This record gives sequence, structure tokens and C-alpha cells, in this order.
Amino acid sequence: MEFRMNAPLALTGLAAALILSPLLRSIINRTKARFAGRQGQVMLQPYFELHKLFQKGSVYSHTSTWIFRAGPVVEITTVLAALCMIPLGGNPALIHFNGDLLLFVYLLGMGRFCTILAAMDTGSSFEGMGASREAFFSALAEPSLLIGLGGIAALTHSLSLSEMYGRLNIGILESPMAPALVFILFAFLIIFLTENARIPVDDPSTHLELTMIHEVMILDHSGFDLGLIEYAGSLKLWVLGLLLTGLILPLHTHSAELNLVLAIGALFLLAVCVGVIESTMARFKLIRIPQLLVIAFVLAALWIIWIARYSA
Amino acid sequence: MHAVLVSYFILSLLAGLLALFPWPAARIRGYFGGMGGALAALVGLIPVIAVLGGGSPIDMQMSWGLPLGSLHVRLDLLSAWFALPVLFVSALGGIYGMGYMQHYGERSGVGVNWFFYQLLASGMFLVLISFDGVLFLIAWEIMSFAAWFLVMFDHEQGTVQKAGWIYLAATHLGTAFLFALFILFADKTGSLDFSTFAVATGSANILFLLAVVGFGAKAGFFGLHVWLPEAHPAAPSHVSGVMSGVMIKTGIYGLIRVLTLCPVWEDWWGWLLIVIGICSGLGGIIFALVQHDIKRLLAYSSVENIGIICLGLGMGILGMKYQSPIAFLGMAGAMLHVLNHAIFKTTLFMGAGAIVNATGTRQIDLMGGLQKKMPGTALVFLIAAAAICGLPPFNGFVSELLIYLASYHGIIDHASSGAYPAFGGFAVIISLALIGGLAALCFTKVYGVIFLGTARDNRDVHAHEAPRTMLFPMLILALLCLAIGLNGYLLLHIVGPVVTGIHPQGSSMTGANMTALTQAWQTIGSISLVCCGVIALAALIVLIKFLAVRNRTICQEPTWGCAYSRPTAKLQYTGTSFVEPLASAFASLVRTRSKGDVDSSYFPQPESMSTNTPDLFMNGVYLPLFSGCSALFAHLRRIQNGRIHVYILYIILALCGIIVWSFA
Repeated sequence: MEFRMNAPLALTGLAAALILSPLLRSIINRTKARFAGRQGQVMLQPYFELHKLFQKGSVYSHTSTWIFRAGPVVEITTVLAALCMIPLGGNPALIHFNGDLLLFVYLLGMGRFCTILAAMDTGSSFEGMGASREAFFSALAEPSLLIGLGGIAALTHSLSLSEMYGRLNIGILESPMAPALVFILFAFLIIFLTENARIPVDDPSTHLELTMIHEVMILDHSGFDLGLIEYAGSLKLWVLGLLLTGLILPLHTHSAELNLVLAIGALFLLAVCVGVIESTMARFKLIRIPQLLVIAFVLAALWIIWIARYSA
Repeated sequence: MHAVLVSYFILSLLAGLLALFPWPAARIRGYFGGMGGALAALVGLIPVIAVLGGGSPIDMQMSWGLPLGSLHVRLDLLSAWFALPVLFVSALGGIYGMGYMQHYGERSGVGVNWFFYQLLASGMFLVLISFDGVLFLIAWEIMSFAAWFLVMFDHEQGTVQKAGWIYLAATHLGTAFLFALFILFADKTGSLDFSTFAVATGSANILFLLAVVGFGAKAGFFGLHVWLPEAHPAAPSHVSGVMSGVMIKTGIYGLIRVLTLCPVWEDWWGWLLIVIGICSGLGGIIFALVQHDIKRLLAYSSVENIGIICLGLGMGILGMKYQSPIAFLGMAGAMLHVLNHAIFKTTLFMGAGAIVNATGTRQIDLMGGLQKKMPGTALVFLIAAAAICGLPPFNGFVSELLIYLASYHGIIDHASSGAYPAFGGFAVIISLALIGGLAALCFTKVYGVIFLGTARDNRDVHAHEAPRTMLFPMLILALLCLAIGLNGYLLLHIVGPVVTGIHPQGSSMTGANMTALTQAWQTIGSISLVCCGVIALAALIVLIKFLAVRNRTICQEPTWGCAYSRPTAKLQYTGTSFVEPLASAFASLVRTRSKGDVDSSYFPQPESMSTNTPDLFMNGVYLPLFSGCSALFAHLRRIQNGRIHVYILYIILALCGIIVWSFA
């Protein structure tokens, strides 16, 4: 099977991500509001907020240095680069090559590295606390993500995200290893919630600094920088969401345009699911989160059983 | 070329000897020891680059007066690849040392230190090019002893004496295994020349195990690593940089050299190396995380990186049997990581030296806010820290990527057949990912606590930027981190022939499946391109931000402290608190001991609390073992009781014994 990139379509997908990603947040918020019996914000609220932030000046701490200002820039750059590498609806991404999954994961890692340092640059104990948790939890989440992708690679015989997700179609379900995908799917859901700082790992709407993870790291950012971080957060929801929805929706129609629309629809559906999870669950105690991540790891690595069966 | 090779040793020793001369000013010693050494290294690099560039190996054989062995040196591709960082890093270390040793002023011992520094550099080079067992062991001992004298520089301190003692014991125990190794190799032909070495049937496994223990003690495999966290903090920083960056790699070199001498590689060697790699990698980084002493932390992190190299070697050996590209990718990753680790670890040790000189302490938790006082050191330290975490676009990513690719190919090429490389790849991916994540935790701690925030202790207030002689070598190494990160393709071209030369049937290493290999080359190329694009994108975003916020109000305020109006620097998160979640998760492994307690009464009094993490193997294995031995041998003292007539009795008994034995 040949994978030829449909460049206009890939660009459309990129543009859709850039424009529509803040909408994922409003869908989550709207779902949560409905569960609570409220009307909820206007759907365009995240856009208004971004617009407001990008208009503002900034306040910087006396303590902070250039690291603090570089953090948001690296964060958005790496997320944008990752966005260019993730396929949308079976259509290969703008950048795809053998082994791009490693660059994808490690670029996100680079963004996190700089965000953590930017948080520590303020010298605030709260931000140090958030940085410590973020670094520890993401260290635990990284093996699950890479080994889960390894399982998909074993199933599809490819090391490029575009090919891996492109080859996941109805035919692949005949492979004896296909059930492993279900476990990988749940592992990726946990990773998605962890990396995007959602309930049950982190509560983005909490107001107590002591319990926060991601939000506390960006306490001192303001104005344009905060806008970059918020926008990068929306894009990250989109990018990691696609890792997940690509597994749920492996059905590809013959029309590439329809595939694109379906994939975006699946993302919106995922946002609704996140809203449901956030409305029906409480945040876990911090000491429970490593356990949750270990569960994600076990689920992501379970595919090795099918391979062991071949050799038996 | 022969003459150039010899002149390196002459120049290097000359530089060392001239530094010994009692010059009127200490600075002059530095010029000879540092600059002279760098000049010698430049000469030494000529043949190395010639060989790496495709020239034929340089072979020199002379007889010497000794009854054993011969003076046979050979600079082949493998030696040249390891010699590259040895010469380059020791030259830069020397230049750095010129600035670093000024700190000690006219103190005695500085000249001796320079002499042994040059001896260490030339000893390491001689180890790499020796092609004879006896010569190799001589060079090995020169290197090890020179390093011992360097570690003992501050010999009046008790901790340094202890460190030197542990190092000396560890290196000699390792060397004992090497003696056995070479004797076994020479068993068949009776000659100790490497080219005549033959593996007797059935002894290959024993040879490999001897090499793993003997060379592993030098390389710092987890379990044999106990000397690293002791010796590295004790030595002057350029010395610890060279020791950690390149000297421990001679252990890896020895192991690979033994592999080249074995015609057939067993499968389980690969498994053993993967297991050693996982233990060293995870054990090293977890113990690194909980350290308070910056140089001790870096020493443990070297154990971790040796583990990563072992993972690559293990995948390489495992792939060999299956004639798959895994062999090439794993080995190439390991070889590149040898170079990369030499670059970034030396930078980190040099940076640590600059920090220690500036603040007068090695305790991470006493520092803070050095970014503003030492911007140059901070920048190079940041680059090296990102590189050691394997983050793009720096060099650590390239070598880890190759090992990852080997593992992923192990999975996708062998998943359907259920062959063992799939399981090897599975284990390596998980451990590399966890090591990478924990390394990021470790180095955000180091960088964040040392350079960011505000000073936690008033001694940091007087901290100052390092002198130019110290900054310059660090800057070059940091630039190399970036350059290699963006030119992985070029490096892969150089390391390719080195890797295929390791196995007697090296060309089969690339495997039948050439497409997978070409893909890997393309991967490296694409990654360089994308990284350049990412850097350009970052620059663009900075520009957009600059244009957008040009005319807006930017103000400076104190850090948000949740409305607490009198924060002090002591309120900041410390390194210890930063890694506390991890330390408690791995409490059964790290066994941190804490002294003192937190006062929770209504009227708290001043309290003190301290934690320290002793080494698992030091306290769990070696101390009980050695104290047991000394208790056992204490019984032997009874026969040495100081009475002359008893001693005469011993002599008579021994004589009688000999007479009886000669008749029997």
C-alpha cells in the first residue's frame, strides 16, 4: 500500500488544527456545564481569552531570567512541530519519515523540559512543586507512550506515525494481535489525560495552588507568554487526541475529504468524553497518580503477550 | 605517520615534565601542562583523523628487552574512534585546567598534578593503540595510577584519602580479571600479541565474562561502579571531566576489543549486556537523582550513560545472529553515545567545577540564582543538560535515536516470527524511555536549583563568572553538542566503517535487509532537517513576539507568593524536595537516611535535618565483604607474632617442605 501525501489536504488539516483546537476546550467546558445543569460559556470563549491575552503587556518576576521568557516559545514551537508530524484521518502528515514517532515524542519532551525550567526560574516554591510533579509524572508516562507506539508499529510494520495510523484500517483487525489495540487505547487515554493535565490526574479549574500540577507551573506567566502557553495547551489536546482517536476510528472511507471531517468529528467526540470523565470523576490523590501511570504502562505493554504466543 | 604518532607521546610527556620544573610563577606550569598538552593532542589527532578518514591502519612493531610481549601498537578504526574523544577532551580539559588550577595559586603539588594529567592523557591513548597484552596492561596501569595521583590532589582531606583508596582497590580488582583474560587468550599460541590471540573451544564464554567484569569495573557497570561516586567528587574538575568523559570509556573499548577477537558471538552475551544496561541505566539515574553533591550526581549519571551504551551493544550482539540491521543500528548507537557522552559529560563536569569555584560548595541545595551571575557557564550547562537528557536538537538525541531504532526494528522485523530481538527491543525501549524521563527530572533539578531562582545561601552572593580559559573549552564542547545534533548524518558516515569492522564478518552486520538501513540513514537526515526547521520556527515566534509586544508595558514585580508578603530564599523548592516524590516511590531501592526531625510543636525551636543516600552496593555488598575478609585474615596474625625462633621454625619447615616436594 502506498502512502502518498495529499499536500493540500495535509495543509487543510494543519489549518483546521490551528483554528479549531481552542474549540476542544470549549466543548469540554460546555459538557461539564451541562452535567452541572448550567448553561456554560459561549463556544468562542477560549478565542476571546486568547485574543485578550495576545493584546496584553506582561509582568515578569524580578527573579526570572531569559529562561522564563524562552519557556513558552519553546513550548509552542515543539507542539507546532509535533502537529506537523501527526496524521489526520489517514492522510499522511506534512512531515513524515521512518522513525518520526521518536522525534515526535522527544520534541514534546523538549517542550516540557523548558516549561519545567521556566517554572523553576521564578524561585517560587509553588511552581517548583508543580515542576517536580510534572517532571516525575511525565517520566512515568513516557515509557507507556513509546511502548504503546511500539505495539502499533509491530502491528503495522512501520515506524512512521503517518504510515502506522494510515495502515490501521478494518483489515488490520484480522491480525491476531488486533485485540492489543484495545489495551493500547486505554493506555493512551490515561496518557492523554496526564499530559494535558486533566481530571483525574490534574484539575485545570482548581484554585488551590498546592494541589495543582500544570496550572501552578504557569502562575507567573502573563500576557503574550500566557497566550502562547494556553494556545499550545489547546494544540496539545489536539495532537495527543489524534493519537487516541486514530485508534478508535480506524475506518477510512474512500474519500480523503470525508476522512478529514470524520477525524475532526472524532476529536470533538473525544472532547465530549473528557467532559464526561471530568464531570463524573474526582481528581486522584497525588500519591495515587504513579499507580494510575503504572496501570497505563501495563496496558500499553500488554501486546508483547501476543508476540510471545507466536514464539511459543 | 609513525613518527607523528611517536611524537605525540614525546610532546605530551615533555609538556608534563616541563610543568614539573619549579618555575617562578604557577601560571607557567599551566602554560606547559595545559597549552603544551593541547598542542601534543593536536599532533596526536593527525593520525587519528587520517585513519578515520579512510587511511590504512597504522601498525608499528618493535621488540623490547622484556621476556614477555612486544612493543606492538596499532591504530585501527576502532582505536581511532575512541582516541578521538580521548585526545580532544583531554586537550580541552587541559586548557580548562589552566584556569581552574589558578584557584590553587602557588600551592605545592600543582606541577605534579599537571605531570600526571599528561600521563593520564597519553596513558589512555596508549591503551587504545596497544596491540599486545603486556603493553596493554602496562598502559592500563599507567592510566589507572595517573588517575589515582590526580584524584589524590587534595590528599590532606580525609574524604579524598578514602576516595583514592576505594578507587585504587576497585581498579586493581578489575585489572586482576584482565590478567586472567589475557593469559587465557594467549593460552593456545603462547604469544600475547593481539593478532595471534585465538579463542580455544569452549573458552569464549569465560573470556567474555572476564572482560565484562574486568573492563566493567573501569567502565562503571552498576554493581562495579562504587568507585565513581567517590573518586569523581574528590578530583579537580577537569580531571573528573576527563575521567568520567573518556577514561571510563576505555572499559567499553576493552570490551569491544575483546569482541573483535572473538569470531563467534553468543546470543546470551547480548542479553547479559542488555540486563547490565538496564541495571546501570536505571540504577545510575535513580541514585543520581537523590544526590546532594553536584559532582557525585554527575558521577552516577555516568553510570547511567554507560548503561545506555550497553543497551546499544546488547542489541548489536543480539542482532548479529539474525543478520538484521539491528546489529548495525545498536552498535552505531553505542559508538556514537561514547563520543556524545564524552562531550556533554565533560561539559557538565567543567560547569560543575566553575560553580564549585564560584560558590565554594558542592551542595546543590545551598546554591541558587547563579544564572544571573554566571550567564556563560549557565548557557553551556543548559545545553549539556538538554543533551544528556537525549533531547533534540542536541547530540544525545542522535545516539539514543539509533538505539531506539535498533529496538523498534527488533520489534517490527521480528514480531511476526516471535524471535528474540523483539523481546530485546521491547525491554530496551521501555528502559530507555524511563531513563530518558528520569534524566529530564534529574537535570531539571540540577539546572533549576543551581542556576534559577535566588541564592539560598549568602556565599552565592559573591559568585562570579568563570575566567575565559575555563569558559572557552566549555563553549566549544557545548557548540559540538549542537553541531553533532544537527549533523548526525555526517557522524553516521564516519562511524559506519568503525562499526562494521567490529565483527569479523562485519559486512553482514548491515544484514540482507538493506532497505531498513537506508531508511535509518534517511531518518537521521530528516531529523536534522526538521530540527533546523524547528529552530527557525522558534526564531520566527520570537520575532513575532518581539514585534507584537514592542510598545506594550512590561513591568517587573516580585514572584507571586500566594499573597505571602515576606518570602525568603529559603522558601524555594530545594533539589531534595524536587525529587522527593521519586525518592519515596523508590524508597526501598535508594534507602535514604535522614537525621533529625521536623518540630511540630506549637512553639517550634530551631531544628536541623539532613538526609544522605549511601550507595546500595557499597553498604550492601562491598563493606560487609571487605570487613568480613579483614576479620577472617585477622586470624592469620597469630602466625606473625614477632618471636624470632618461631620464624626460624617456619623457615626450617618450608625448607623441609621443599625437599620433600622435590623428591616426590
